[in-house]
Amino acid sequence: MRRLLNRANAFFDSPIDLRSRLVVLLSTSALLLPTFLFPLWQLEMYANQYPDGLRLSIYSYKLAAGNNGNDLREINTLNHYIGMRALEPQDFFELKWLPFAVGLFFFLGLRVVVLGKVSKLVDLCVLFVYFGLFSLWSFGYRMYAYGHTLDPMAAVKIQPFTPPLFGHETLANFEVYSFPGVAAYLLLAYPFCLGLALFLSYRTFRSAERTVTI
Amino acid sequence: MIRRRTGLLWGAVILGLAALVSISSCGRPERRKPAAARSDVEEAALKTYVPPGDLDEYYIFYSGGHSGNVYIGGLPSMRHISTIPVFAPYPATGYGFDEESKAMLGSFTWGDAHHPALSETNGDYDGRWLFINDNANNRIARIDLRDFKTRQIFGPIPNVSGNHGSSFVTPNTEYALYASRFSVPIPKGTYASINDYGTKFSGVVGALAIDPQTGAMSNGWQIKMPPFDFDLGDAGKGASDGYAFWTCYNTERATGKLEVTASQRERDYIAMVDWKAAAQAVKDGKTKDIGGVPVIDPAETKGLVWLLPCGKSPHGVDVSPDGKYIVGSGKLQAAVTVFNIDKIKVAIQNKDFEGEEDGIPVLKFDAIKDAEVAVGLGPLHTQFDDKGYAYTSLFLDSAVSKWKLGTWEPLDKVNVQINIGHLLVVEGDTAHPVGKFCIAMNKLSHGQHLNVGPSQPETSQLIDIEGDKMRLIYTAFTEPEPHYAQAITATRLKPIEVYLKEESKNPNAIWDTKDASVTRSGNNVTVKMVAVRSSFEPTAIEVNRGDTVTIYLTNIEQTTDELHGFGLCEYNINVVIDPGETKTIKFVANKPGVYPYYCTNFCSALHQEMQGYLLVK
Repeated sequence: MRRLLNRANAFFDSPIDLRSRLVVLLSTSALLLPTFLFPLWQLEMYANQYPDGLRLSIYSYKLAAGNNGNDLREINTLNHYIGMRALEPQDFFELKWLPFAVGLFFFLGLRVVVLGKVSKLVDLCVLFVYFGLFSLWSFGYRMYAYGHTLDPMAAVKIQPFTPPLFGHETLANFEVYSFPGVAAYLLLAYPFCLGLALFLSYRTFRSAERTVTI
Repeated sequence: MIRRRTGLLWGAVILGLAALVSISSCGRPERRKPAAARSDVEEAALKTYVPPGDLDEYYIFYSGGHSGNVYIGGLPSMRHISTIPVFAPYPATGYGFDEESKAMLGSFTWGDAHHPALSETNGDYDGRWLFINDNANNRIARIDLRDFKTRQIFGPIPNVSGNHGSSFVTPNTEYALYASRFSVPIPKGTYASINDYGTKFSGVVGALAIDPQTGAMSNGWQIKMPPFDFDLGDAGKGASDGYAFWTCYNTERATGKLEVTASQRERDYIAMVDWKAAAQAVKDGKTKDIGGVPVIDPAETKGLVWLLPCGKSPHGVDVSPDGKYIVGSGKLQAAVTVFNIDKIKVAIQNKDFEGEEDGIPVLKFDAIKDAEVAVGLGPLHTQFDDKGYAYTSLFLDSAVSKWKLGTWEPLDKVNVQINIGHLLVVEGDTAHPVGKFCIAMNKLSHGQHLNVGPSQPETSQLIDIEGDKMRLIYTAFTEPEPHYAQAITATRLKPIEVYLKEESKNPNAIWDTKDASVTRSGNNVTVKMVAVRSSFEPTAIEVNRGDTVTIYLTNIEQTTDELHGFGLCEYNINVVIDPGETKTIKFVANKPGVYPYYCTNFCSALHQEMQGYLLVK
C-alpha cells in the first residue's frame, strides 16, 4: 500500500514529457478557445405554423436566437401563455461566469505546459471535470426551474415540466429538439485529451521506473 | 418555380433516389416511355399549377380601376394574392383610418387606378416602386415594393383633368408621365363656355420628377396642348430614349356626343415630346406659371413637341424593346401603325411637316411610317416578347394578334373571352421582355363563371406564348376593374416580412408593455399603446367628453404575419398594424359612455380576449 502511495507521489511529482505538453498545449488552445465561436447547446422548436423552426443557441457568453434574435422574442411570447418566465439573457448568471471559467482553464492549461508537473495536470483534470458536471447540472436545473415556476395566473394551465435537455420531445403542438452544440463537444473532448496526456506521461514515468529498476 | 427550402431538400432526396435507381438499373434494357402525348388540358394544367408551398415565378400588378386599388396576382397560377389599397379607404388593412393614410387620401374617398408603372433602371424593371395613376382625381401614387404600401399620393396635379395617359416612367425612372384626357380651361377653377372649347380649353401633357433615392414625386415639366383628348402613353427607350409619346383622339376638337363628333377624322395624332428639352426649358425659365406650375407653351418654345399622324382614334402607343419602333393602335381601324424613330428624327431635321396644330408641327405621315400591320379589328394595346414578336389586343375581334416586327406579318390570332382591353407580356414593355406568358385583360366575362348576379367580374386570361401558336390556358376572375397590369420576375423584388424594431424611426413607438402610457395636456389625451399577443396595453383609456384622443399604436411583434387590428366600436375606427409598425389614431371623444376596442385581425388562440375599453365621462 505504502509502495503504491509512494509510487503515486513519485508519479505526481514527475515531470510530464514533451509529447504530453504538446497534447495539453494543442488541446488547450484548439479546444478551449474556439468554444467562444460555437454554441454550447442548441434548441430547435418546430410546429405547423413554424415550418422554418424557432432556434435558440446558448453560447458560453450569450443567448443567440434565429431570425436576427427575434426567435427568442417569439419563444417568450409563446411561453407567456403557460406562465413561464421570459428567458432574458441578463437572468443567466452562467453567461457571466462561463466565459471566465473557460479563460481560467485556458491559463491553467498553459500553466501545466510551462510548469510541466503531472500534479498540475491532475489538478486541471479534476477541476475541469468538476466544472463540466457542475455546468451540466446548472443548465439542467435552470431548465427545471423555468418549467416548474409557472405563473399560477397563466391563461393556459399545464403540469410543470422540464424542457428536454437532450434529444427530442413533443410539447403541445411543438416538436422540440435539444442537442449539445459544437462548443459542448469541444469541451467534452478536452478532458479526454488531458487523459491522453496523463496516460502518455504515465508511460514515460513507467519506462523511466523500469530503467531505474534495471 | 421558386421552391422553398424544404422543397429543395426533397428535390435533393429525390435526385439522390433517382441516382440510386439509375445505378441499380444499369445494364437492364432501357424502358420506353409510353408514346401517347398528354392532352392539351393536362399540359395547360401543368403549366399553371403551383402546388401548395411552392411560389409563383412572377408577380402581376393589376390596376383596380375605380376600386382605387392595386391587385397582386401570381403567375403562372393566376391566383389573387393580395390587394394594395391606394386611392380609396380599405378596411381590410385599415387603410384610410389612421392619420398617416388619411393625410395621403385627403378628402377623396375614391380614385380610378388605370396604369401601373414599375420603376425602371436602364429600361428594365428594378423592383423598387410601383407608380399608379388616378384618372378621376388627377393623381399619381407611389407604392414602395419593399413593404407593398402606398407611400405617396401626388395631386390633384394642377391643370390636368382625367389623368389617363399616365403613369408610364422613363427608362431610369427620372419621370412619371401624365396627360389630360379631358381638356378644361386652365388653371382649374376657370369658367369658359362649351362653345369656346376649341380656343379656351387646353390639353396638358407633363411629368412628375422622381427622386432617384427615395422615389418621392415632385412637379417636373408641363406643356400646354391643343384641346385633344390624350389617351395612353409610353416613354421611349434605347434608340428613342429621351422622348415621351401619347396618343390622342378628338383632334376634331369636338364637343357633345364625342362618339360621333370625335370620330370624324381618319387620322389623329401621337404627341411626341423631347422631355430632356422640356426639362431644360423649365430650367431656363421659358415657362408661364399656370395653376402654380411652370407651363411650357410649344407655340413659343419650339423644338420640343411634334405630332405624328396616326389612324384612327389611337389608344395604345407602345415602344419596341430596342426603342426603334413606335406602335400606335388605332382602335377604329383594322391595323396598327408602326413608326420608325430614325425616320422621325430625319423628318424633324428636314422639317418634313404636313401642317401644324396651334404652332406644333405635324410630321409627314409617309416620311415617318414603317408599316401598317393588318392585325385585326379594334387594336388597342401592343406588347413585345424577347424574340421580335409583338402582341396586340383586339377589342372588336375579342382576340390577341401575334405579328412580327420588321417583316410586319400577322402570324397568329387567339380568341379571348370577352372584349379585351389591355394585355401584358411578362416584362413586355421593358428593354428585355420575358416571352413566356401573355395575359389578356378582358372587359366582359358574360357568364364565363358561376352566376353571381348582374354585377359580373372581369376576366384575366393566361396565354402561353412560348410556342409558334398561342394557347389560351387559364381564366381568372378579377374584381373591377383591371385596365393595365405589369408582370415582373419575382426575384427582382426584395420585400421585407416584418418592420424591424431596430429600423423603426417613429418617435412615438414604444416597444415594451411597461412603457404604455395615457397622458393629458388640456383637452388632448395622448395614448402610447402596445399590441402584442394577446392584449392591448393599456386595457382601459379614460377620457372626458370632447377630448381629442391621439393613440400611437405599436405592434411590437417581430414574427411574420402576426398582425393585430384595432377596432373601436361605434367610433368608426379600424386600424391594422403589421409586426413592428406604429400607426396614429386620432379622434374626438364626442360620445359619452363606454366603448370597447378589440383586435380585429385574428392573431392567436386568445384573440377574442384581446380587448379593452374607452371610457368617456
